Order: sequence, then structure tokens, then C-alpha cells
Amino acid sequence: MITFIPRDKVSKNWIIIAPILSIVFTIFFGLLIFTFLGYNPIETLYQIFISPFSRIDRISDILVKACPLIIIGTGLMLCFKSNVWNIGAEGQFIMGALLAGFIALSFPNIETKFFLIITIFTGFVGGALWAFIPAILKTKLNVNEILVSLMLVYVAILFIDFVVRGPLRDPMSFGFPLSKTYPEGALINKIHFPGVGFLGQLHYGILFVVLLIPISWVFINKTLGGFKINVLGSAPQAAKFAGFKQNSITITVLLLSGGLAGVAGVIEVSANIGQLQPEVSFGYGFTAIIVAFLGRLNPVGILFAGIMIATVKLGADNAQISMGIPKVVTGLFEGILLFFLLTGETLQKYRIKWSEVKY
Amino acid sequence: MEALILTIIATSIPLLLAATGELITEKSGVLNLGVEGMMLSGAVGAFAAVLWLENPYYGIVAGALCGALMASIFSIFTINFMTNQVATGLGLTIFAIGLTGLAGAPLIGKTIPSLPKIEIFLLSDIPLIGSILFKQDFVAYLSIAIIIFISFFLKYSKSGIILRAVGDDHQSAHSVGYPVKKIRWYATCFGGVCAGIGGAYIPLALTPHWAEEMTAGRGWIALALVVFASWIPWRIIVGALIFGGITIAQLVGQARGWPIPSQLLSMMPYLATIIALTVISGRLSKNHNVVPSSLGKPFFGSQ
Repeated sequence: MITFIPRDKVSKNWIIIAPILSIVFTIFFGLLIFTFLGYNPIETLYQIFISPFSRIDRISDILVKACPLIIIGTGLMLCFKSNVWNIGAEGQFIMGALLAGFIALSFPNIETKFFLIITIFTGFVGGALWAFIPAILKTKLNVNEILVSLMLVYVAILFIDFVVRGPLRDPMSFGFPLSKTYPEGALINKIHFPGVGFLGQLHYGILFVVLLIPISWVFINKTLGGFKINVLGSAPQAAKFAGFKQNSITITVLLLSGGLAGVAGVIEVSANIGQLQPEVSFGYGFTAIIVAFLGRLNPVGILFAGIMIATVKLGADNAQISMGIPKVVTGLFEGILLFFLLTGETLQKYRIKWSEVKY
Repeated sequence: MEALILTIIATSIPLLLAATGELITEKSGVLNLGVEGMMLSGAVGAFAAVLWLENPYYGIVAGALCGALMASIFSIFTINFMTNQVATGLGLTIFAIGLTGLAGAPLIGKTIPSLPKIEIFLLSDIPLIGSILFKQDFVAYLSIAIIIFISFFLKYSKSGIILRAVGDDHQSAHSVGYPVKKIRWYATCFGGVCAGIGGAYIPLALTPHWAEEMTAGRGWIALALVVFASWIPWRIIVGALIFGGITIAQLVGQARGWPIPSQLLSMMPYLATIIALTVISGRLSKNHNVVPSSLGKPFFGSQ
């Protein structure tokens, strides 16, 4: 029988070992399942984990794919730290993209890139408004935010489909469900490196990530707001005695995470698509949940976690093309990874003891 | 009219089963958010089994086993390794979407036979009521039997009272000598079996094809139904029929060309879920006795 004995102190070693062991276990179990279902495990392993690094433009595509994951993941970090379970980032991403798209399409001739400040801000508002629904229901009526935020994902997916096929459809799109293309001022350009040219799809949206990581690190570790979030999550009773207003923290983290998901939506559409279409997100909002946990609810960790998960996503695309493996398979790895990461969290606080006694 | 009622009942059965299973799981103090994943696994397992063994009844068994397997994974991590239940449940659903997508890839484009209807002697000849209540398939009867069984189980049986005790105060239940972890394992696996059969019912009776993520959020609606029912079994029937009715109403609306865009009609079940949760939760927060007090809290054993 295994029993868990509480440690006197949180184990520092485990904080480093746990994510590494989790990744090793995940690959092992992933391969086991692949072999069991009749796929070549070595070929799969190569396609999913190695092929994304095989060319320089592919590496830059990893960064492009990681960009929305990191932005959303950072927002979710704030929620999860304070025990607020926003799992509707996918919907907030869509509504942010949609509201910003509406503004962008309303000014068809704008050329100055300063306009991006307005569209990104609008995206933040769009996502935050969508997250405000579970926030207000949770704080005023004690409605479960998990279910409400998730139901709103389905609503958002249907709503953007309606808008793109209806009111915002480009009459010149030959019946395709597409809006007009964005004006120059609302597009995020690819980065042109002097002497090298473009590197894959790498775009200036990545600058937002470069700014976001240090800002969120300072916010979480050095400000009163961050302190309140940490206390509320790890010691709710202490937060209560200290007089922290739980409801206002809940609302704040939901608005921030919704807003960041919305910004991710704007950047994704403005940089990679350039117009609205029924599918603007490819599960980024859900994947970012894993990114937040894999990054151990820490901005720097989330940066690396985003890059790692983006690699697996791109690898899965490659595996689909070359081996016919459906790309939802990434979920398999994400799920197992999450299980082991969470187990690692337990092992930080408890040590294992083997005993003969049955209880 | 009769056909309409039959469709509503058929649509509500997966919700009914999954919600009933989750109710027992939650009564033991475990919040399993992986219902959607367990249903998906049940659906793919059932589809493969029927394709292979050519008998729809094996689909029910396969669905139950796959659901139980998923629930066991959840139990190992949350009950034995004491991981966060919310995150593990999400992980289970994400894992199952990947696993079923992979396992189901060779099944796309194939068709399976549906569950046959069982007519109950004489009763099925009663006009209207007969064909609605006594000319259903095995799973429909089974789900009603399960609801009746667990209503009595929770209220009158000793095991049911122990289960509730574990969910309400695991520390006290442990002190009195009840094996908290074992009871939670059983309750979670029961939830898995029910969700698995509920998922299996989708290819066995609703659409005889396999499609990725074919449960389309039903697992999440089932979770909402448990809250809607305030953890009282028979109320799940009412809730499931309401949601079945709304789902069918929007389909009928689309078919008859109501002057509302189809996407806005398709939102109705999800919006209805939010509204129902809001109405019920407002009332629940005034009455704290209903929610199992240890729900979602891991049990660390005695120290």
C-alpha cells in the first residue's frame, strides 16, 4: 500500500523534477497507446516532437502558434491562482476577435498602424465583456463559473458563425462565409529581418508576449493585487480575515483573463487571417488551460509551456499530413501531461511511503 | 405529435443517464468534470463493439466498460494521488477527445444497427401512452430503473446513507471507520458506467455514425442538470426532458423555417442551461444543506 506523508516544507527539488518526469511519463504512455492502436511509435514520436524543429521557418511557426497560447495562458493563470475556474477562454477569444473585427471593418480606409491600439483595446473589451457574464453570475448569485463560461463558448462559436454568414458577410465573397478583408491599419505585419527576410509567419504580435511576460511577473510577485490573488488561492481563510474582498478579486481576474483571451483573438486574426471567418480559433482557449498548468501558474513557466505545447500542435499537424493521424491526438498528450503534472503537485507536498499494512 | 415526444425522450436519455451517474459521484464528495470525456469514450467503444460483434446489446456493455475505465483513471489521480478534481476532470475530457479521435478514425463513414424497441406485453397497446412509455429500447427502461433504484438507495439503504455521509463530511465518516477512498472509487466508477452507457446511446439510438466529439457538449449539460436537480434524482428526469425538448424544438424550428437564423436557434440549449443554472443557484445559495459539503475536496486520510 502507498501512503502519503506530509512534508515539513514544500520540496524544492520536486518543483524542477516534477515537470520533467511528467513529460517523460507522458511520452512513454503516449507511445504505449499509439503502439496499441497500431501506429508506428517511432515515426509518430519523430513527427510530433522532432519535425517541428527541422527547419528555421518551422521554428518561427512554433512561436506564432505559441503566441495566443501564452497570452491566454497568462490570463488563466490569474484565475486559477485565485481558484476561479474560467474554462471559457475559447469563447472570450472569439468575442474579442469579433468585436475588434467589427471596429476594423467599420473603418475600411484606415492606414495608420496606430489604429491597432484601438482594435487591440476593443478586443480586450470584447473578451472581458464575455467573461463578465460568468463573473457577475458567480459573485451575485453563486452560479458555477465553470459551466457558465463553457456554455458561453458554444454560444460564441454559433454567434460568430451567424455574424460572418449574415450581417458582416462580404457581398463579393462568392457565397463564402467571409467578411471583407481588414484595412491596412488593422493588420499586423510579418517581421522583416534585415538581410534574412521573413522567417516563416513570424509577426509583430509576438512583441505583445515580450511585454506581457515581465509585466505579469511583476504584477503577480511584486504588487498588492498579485499578493491578494495568491493569498485567496492558497489560503482562502486568511484572505477572509485580512479583509480581502473575494468577489472583487473574482471579478477582476475573470475580466483580465477574458480581456487577454480577447487580445489573443485580435492578434491571431489581424496577423494570420486578415478577415473574419467562422473558425478563428483552433481550440487555443482550451489548450491554454494545459499551458497554464504546465507553466506551473507562473509567467516564465507559461512562456516555455506555450512553446512546448505549440510544438506538439505543429507536430500533430505534420503527423496528420504524413501519417493520417487525426490531429485531435494532441489532446491525448495534453490530458496525460496534465494528470502527471497534478500528481507532481501532490508529491511536492507529500512524500510517498510504502507500507505492508492494508488500511 | 407522438413521433415528436418519442424524439424528445430519445434525446434526453443520454443526459439522464450521465447526470444520474454524476449525481452519485457528487454525493460521495467527488466532482468529476470528465463526464463529456467518459460519454465520448462510451460512444466510441459502443460503436466499435457493435461494428465488430454485430449486436447492439454488446454496445451497451462496451460503453459501460469504457466509461468505467475512464472513471478509474480519474479515480487513481484524484482519490489516490489527491490531485485537484477540477483540473483532473478537464484533463480527462481533453484526454478522451484525443483518444477517441484516434481510436475512432477507422470508424468514420461506417454505420451500425440501432437498438431494437422492446414492446411490453399488452401495455404497449394502450393508445398514445403505450407507444411512448412501453415501446422503448432497453436503455430507456434501464435509465428509469436506475433513477428509481438510486432514489431508494440514497434515501433508505444503509449504503446510501454511508455514501452521503462520506460526501458530507469525509473526516467524520473516516473516524467512524468507513473506507472513504474505496467508497469514492465505487461512486466514481458508477458515474463512469452511467456516462458510458449514456454516451453509447448516442450512436446506438440517435445517429448511427461515428464523428469526432459527437457528444457535442452533452456531458457538460449533464453536469448542469445535477445542479438543476439540486441533487435529487427524480428531478433529473424533468430537467433532461426539458433540455431534450429545447434541443428538438430548435431542430423543428430550423426544419420548418422559422424566421430566426439557425445559429441563434442552436444556441437555445446552451442559453437555457445558463438560465436554469442561474435560477436554481440563486435558490440553492439560500439553502446550504443540498450541496454535498465535501464536494470537490480531496481526502488525505488520517494524519
